[in-house]
Amino acid sequence: MTEIQSPLPGTFYQKPSPEEPPFKSEGDAVTLGDVIGLVEVMKTFIQVQAEADGIFVKYVAEDASPIMAGDVLAEMK
Amino acid sequence: MRIVRAAQSLGLHSIQAHSEADADMLAVRLADEAVCIGPAPSKESYLNIDAILKAARESGADAIHPGYGFLSENPAFAREVEQAGMIFVGPSADTIERMGDKVAARQAAQAAGVPVVPGSDGRVDGIERALAVAKEVGFPVMIKAAAGGGGRGIRIAKTADELRILAPQAKAEAEAAFGDGGLYVERAILSPRHIEVQILGDGTSAIHCYERECSLQRRRQKVWEEAGAVCLDDETRDALCASAVALAKSVNYRGAGTLEYLYDEASNEFYFIEMNTRIQVEHPVTEMVTGIDLVAEMIKVSGGSKLSVTQAEIAKTGHAIEVRICAEDPFANFMPWPGQVKTLKEPTGDGVRFDHFLSEGYQIPPFYDSLLGKVIVHAPTRDMAIDKLVDALNEMKIEGTKTTIPLHLALAADRDVRAGTFHTQWLEPWLEAENLTTKGDAA
Repeated sequence: MTEIQSPLPGTFYQKPSPEEPPFKSEGDAVTLGDVIGLVEVMKTFIQVQAEADGIFVKYVAEDASPIMAGDVLAEMK
Repeated sequence: MRIVRAAQSLGLHSIQAHSEADADMLAVRLADEAVCIGPAPSKESYLNIDAILKAARESGADAIHPGYGFLSENPAFAREVEQAGMIFVGPSADTIERMGDKVAARQAAQAAGVPVVPGSDGRVDGIERALAVAKEVGFPVMIKAAAGGGGRGIRIAKTADELRILAPQAKAEAEAAFGDGGLYVERAILSPRHIEVQILGDGTSAIHCYERECSLQRRRQKVWEEAGAVCLDDETRDALCASAVALAKSVNYRGAGTLEYLYDEASNEFYFIEMNTRIQVEHPVTEMVTGIDLVAEMIKVSGGSKLSVTQAEIAKTGHAIEVRICAEDPFANFMPWPGQVKTLKEPTGDGVRFDHFLSEGYQIPPFYDSLLGKVIVHAPTRDMAIDKLVDALNEMKIEGTKTTIPLHLALAADRDVRAGTFHTQWLEPWLEAENLTTKGDAA
């Protein structure tokens, strides 16, 4: 199991926009560099990218929730 | 902080509303009372009208000062504050609404005799009509989608021949993007300066507190602001400030407000673009050169008082510069960097002011704007003000977070900035040309 951590404090989003589906769902193939979420920090959106290839397991942080740097956002294997 | 201080200077009881993320903020500690209005995300706290009104009612507040940003220019909020029997420290909801609407504000300006960017006053259909408007306002012209926004469909034509080629393209792009091929034609002002006028009104009378030069901008955000604008001659400055007062009077303005203009140095002409119906981030430079406490004045007039100064009593001395200190990394494309403040050393000295909300150990919340504070300097001349700014920036320390201090030091060392020869399109190319080096000196 690999944990994807937030590089920054801010607000985490699982979706590119409120109307769209999440970036990843359980069982999706993940390639290094894939965007798995967004962190909004001081009105700027930063992409959170996978640092390895694998299979997406689940989001740990809720959509639109406040997070700190180092918090686990999602898990993959 | 700024507002709590002004309220206390007037002998008023201050109540600071804050989110859960800001419970540790300096203003919360300074205020006589503090009320938490909700969780960190601003839409659940600082943008939550019901929560703010509830807190105000329960704490027995008489008035609400909206600050800047958030709900400060929201007519619905101003209206609800008024309906709740409290004072909104600012103009009436109707004035906010009117001046917040670009078309209505332009009409109000024209009615008050204030110059606006010459243009088609509405949509033009057809190339011949666009050509006629262009000839009337003079080339170069900007062709915009009437339904548009976000820069789509914008073309600049320098001649009638170019307009004949570009207008159909703009029309096609507008049709594709907005389903409406209507165009708007106006004079293109290339590389203008951004100059604005501070006004104060009490509902019947209005005065100006001179102009500010705010052309150094990145992504339309002001970075460095000055009072006054040394590029203006006295005659132009008088006409500019008089036009701002005329517009403020014509809408029976109450409170502090700013009229923003584009200034074309080549033709020595200025054009009204919009009005901000609130106190602005850069208001301290005006306070430094005029000695007027703008925030205290806006609180007093909102309480029904007349302006405490007349135009003749407002004298301007010296030159002031403000730079915005943001929690961003200027060497990494201004990436936000909300760290924890480990060391804080404030700049000191005569004519140096540091408006901020920091303290040692303070964790900068990631949820709001990156603006941490402002360094403001005041000196007899512009040159001396820049020297004083450099001293202040070198003296101060904010450790534990990245800040934009290196950007300001590099700007202060730049020849164009020293000469005052810049415009709104100057800073971004300067950054792209890598003038900002890690050593913090300009190439």
